[in-house]
Amino acid sequence: MENSLLLTYLLLIPFIGSIALLFIKAEKENLIRYFGLGISVIAFLLSLVIYFNFDPSNSSFQFVHKFKWIENLNINYFVGIDGMALLLLVLTTFLTPLTLISSWTSINKKVKEFTFFMLFLELGMLGVFVSLDLFLFYFFWEAMLIPMYFIIGIWGGQERIYAAVKFFIYTMAGSLVMLVAIIWLAIHASNYLGKFTTDLVELYSVAPLFDLSIQNYLFIAFALSFAIKVPLFPFHTWLPDAHVQAPTAGSVILAGVLLKMGTYGLLRYNLPLFPAASLHFASFMSTLAVIGIIYGALVAMVQTDMKKLVAYSSVAHLGFVVLGIFAMTQESMQGAIIQMINHGLSTGALFLLVGMLYERTHTREISYYGGIAKLVPVYSFFLLLVSLSSIGLPGLNGFVGEFLILLGSFKSTVLNSWWYTVFATTGVIFAAVYLLWMYKRVVFGKVVNPKLNDLTDLNKREIFVLVPIIIFIVWIGIYPGTFLNVSEKTSDKIIERVFEPPKVELK
Amino acid sequence: MLNNIQEFYNILPLVIIGGLILISVVIEIYWDNSEKFLPWFSIIGFLSAGIYALIDVSNTSIIFQNMLATGGVVNIFWLIFNVSAAIVCLLSVNYIKKYGAYYGEYYIIIQTSVLGMMLMAGAKDLIMIFLGLEIMSISFYVLAGFNRKLSSANEASLKYFLLGAFATGFLVYGIALIYGKATTTSIDVISSNFSALSGNVLFLAGVLLFLIGFSFKIAAFPFHMWVPDVYQGSPTTVAGLFSTAGKAAGFSALIVTFGALFGGAYSHLFTPYLSAIAVFSMLFGSIVAIIQTDIKRMLAYSSIAHAGYMLIGLASGNIDGVAGIIFYLAAYTFMNLAAFGIVSIVEGKDETNLDLDSYAGLGTRSPFLAGLFALIMFALAGIPPFAGFFGKYYVFIAAIKANLTWLAIVGIISSAISIYFYLRIVVIMYFKSSESEDKPSYLNSEIIAVIISVALIIILGLVPGSFIDLITSFLK
Repeated sequence: MENSLLLTYLLLIPFIGSIALLFIKAEKENLIRYFGLGISVIAFLLSLVIYFNFDPSNSSFQFVHKFKWIENLNINYFVGIDGMALLLLVLTTFLTPLTLISSWTSINKKVKEFTFFMLFLELGMLGVFVSLDLFLFYFFWEAMLIPMYFIIGIWGGQERIYAAVKFFIYTMAGSLVMLVAIIWLAIHASNYLGKFTTDLVELYSVAPLFDLSIQNYLFIAFALSFAIKVPLFPFHTWLPDAHVQAPTAGSVILAGVLLKMGTYGLLRYNLPLFPAASLHFASFMSTLAVIGIIYGALVAMVQTDMKKLVAYSSVAHLGFVVLGIFAMTQESMQGAIIQMINHGLSTGALFLLVGMLYERTHTREISYYGGIAKLVPVYSFFLLLVSLSSIGLPGLNGFVGEFLILLGSFKSTVLNSWWYTVFATTGVIFAAVYLLWMYKRVVFGKVVNPKLNDLTDLNKREIFVLVPIIIFIVWIGIYPGTFLNVSEKTSDKIIERVFEPPKVELK
Repeated sequence: MLNNIQEFYNILPLVIIGGLILISVVIEIYWDNSEKFLPWFSIIGFLSAGIYALIDVSNTSIIFQNMLATGGVVNIFWLIFNVSAAIVCLLSVNYIKKYGAYYGEYYIIIQTSVLGMMLMAGAKDLIMIFLGLEIMSISFYVLAGFNRKLSSANEASLKYFLLGAFATGFLVYGIALIYGKATTTSIDVISSNFSALSGNVLFLAGVLLFLIGFSFKIAAFPFHMWVPDVYQGSPTTVAGLFSTAGKAAGFSALIVTFGALFGGAYSHLFTPYLSAIAVFSMLFGSIVAIIQTDIKRMLAYSSIAHAGYMLIGLASGNIDGVAGIIFYLAAYTFMNLAAFGIVSIVEGKDETNLDLDSYAGLGTRSPFLAGLFALIMFALAGIPPFAGFFGKYYVFIAAIKANLTWLAIVGIISSAISIYFYLRIVVIMYFKSSESEDKPSYLNSEIIAVIISVALIIILGLVPGSFIDLITSFLK
């Protein structure tokens, strides 16, 4: 059964939920928490319905729903998903309730506003993944900035205002460039289509026909916006500030979903719309990605703050994803998609774990800790598992993604050099260094700091948050086929669009 | 002279406002408590004129011996003027009492200014433009200094008057030069003979002087100097009127005159000038707004920047550009009215609470006001789904279609800069705490005025299509 309205319902759930929330009295904090959780769980259940109704053997967009929105500009409300979007969609609805549970006690001021912004953020994120109209996409892309800005700015740490404003202006500057590119693309495409439209499916058929120079400009404009979001070196400087200052829930969503929008955008827009330019820029983008992998890892190694360390590790991990995208082989593309999910799970869990420790001690300095393995064994176990997953230990999820990406980039005919793979592989080694070294300094050794003696282990709520993530970490590690199957047709299709772009004469 | 009864119906909005002025003057003379009655009377008058203009929008005609056009875009402008005047009256009920200028004349002068704007938007003759402009401007000079006991208001009024009179001088001189060559003041005749006239240096100088005169009225760089001082010194609600309906009226006259020329593809003559002032207005307004500490001055510089975005539409010289400007003006009118509305609510007695710091902690003190103000700031910054975004979207499309992509890119850069100072208000309201526990008090009428404006911002943002369709249908 394919119900074309399912995606619209999925968007309506957080929307109606966030509006309804405004009518609950701000004093009833627990009611608000349960309400927000309930809404996000309903959204998760609906996304599961979508997941099970999805046909992975079909490469075209599914659950398509379309109606006219702004008629004179041919802008439609046009939603639909393919395998890649589906995975990210489920990741979003999966992480949102978990972050709400994780901030049950840590967020205790302005609970109503917090829950409102979280639901609104979920709406924006889901919207980005399901939009099939460039305009609608831009609409959600921007709308999502506002709640994140407030989440960092109101509930963040000491330097939250600086971080929030930097985050906002950085991303906004990038996306404004994209806006001009969208308009320009639509106007230029109207020479071929005979009408001004931002319909992605129609643009797929004509944008690859543009001259290489035009494609290059458009590629740069889109890629700039996405590179800031990913963040690709050298556009990463907003990320450590935003991550460190954001509350745990904000960091988890930021790392888990928001960063994926950049790589998702590259796969959804840059590659299929501008195939010639993508091939032209493939080595350049891959070089930036490899620099990001090594740079992120080296900087992570010297951090004294746990959250900053995890933040820089994101730069490195997302570098792998970008490398996978621009290696443009079937393996690397699949690896990039699964690595997007992996990073969402592993880094999300790392941020959760750092946040749980911070909630107890109010410091994230690595030197403050030491020897907590005896004090909080359950915590130490989870931290080890998640760290290993982030490093890429075989049997856990990180390995699958990185292995596929490295395999693909090695035999890539587009990159045509195994140096990318060689340098990228050092990133895996560095990841082991910085994460295990942090683990050693925090968990092992003797308890030097007497203040640590009152440290309490994870409670049931916290374990309840972590266990679902761990299940998927292990699942993907042992049997990634479940998820790779879903995205297989999508990555084939993207590669086909790059190497065999449509050829139609001018109308 | 009216030829038939249909023409009377077509100018009914003007008749309503004219009658409103006359009746209000009589009421003001014979009734001691007129200040309590006149706002509501004015609002009813404005709304009926505005709604009638909307109903009658498809009846286009040219009347009074080719002096005045009605219907189509003209009526859309009339609607914008009247609705914004009605909102200003609604905001003023409480404000002018607080401000210490509780007189009924206030509303009568707003009415006369609206009459002037309506004549400008409908003008088919340069003399008519001048007439409308003067009716509007003189009303504005009076409104700016409405509280004659306040020295800042006097300063604002005098400054506005001196510079405004100077700009009008340019305008009249320009009209005289145009007349000297064209031997007519009829806009249609001039535009149909434009190719013959455009070779003449004096004629072009006249057009340029005309443009300069209006650059002053729409607050474009480098004729913007009066804006911050006048906004700061005038009553806040009046500053709201200046920046919305006043600017819309200036643009309506520019569209009336230059819009007639675009059909003949003469835009290349003006595009360099218009692009230049657009670029400087946007960048100057956005950059200087960053260092402001007074909310009204900040909004003044933001209004200079917005004039720049709208000029992009004019510089593009195509129908999309003109439609984009009109949409932008409507969106901007409601955004700015709402913003000035909130400022007038937060403002205390004797012009206090106008610096940005007095907004600290408003998110906690008055979540509802702060929520509305934050929404307005996001709208002004041009973030979807609010109307301000579509205004920019339309003028950028027009610019790219006219091969002025670089102008759209400058617009984008300026938007990115402007985000900083709009966001700063949000930062101050939500992320900074304040010592004071004051909750700004407001009447229902004021908050309803703001809510109506905000609702229009959202509606124009979510379904901009039907409004832009309406505008475009009259431009073709």
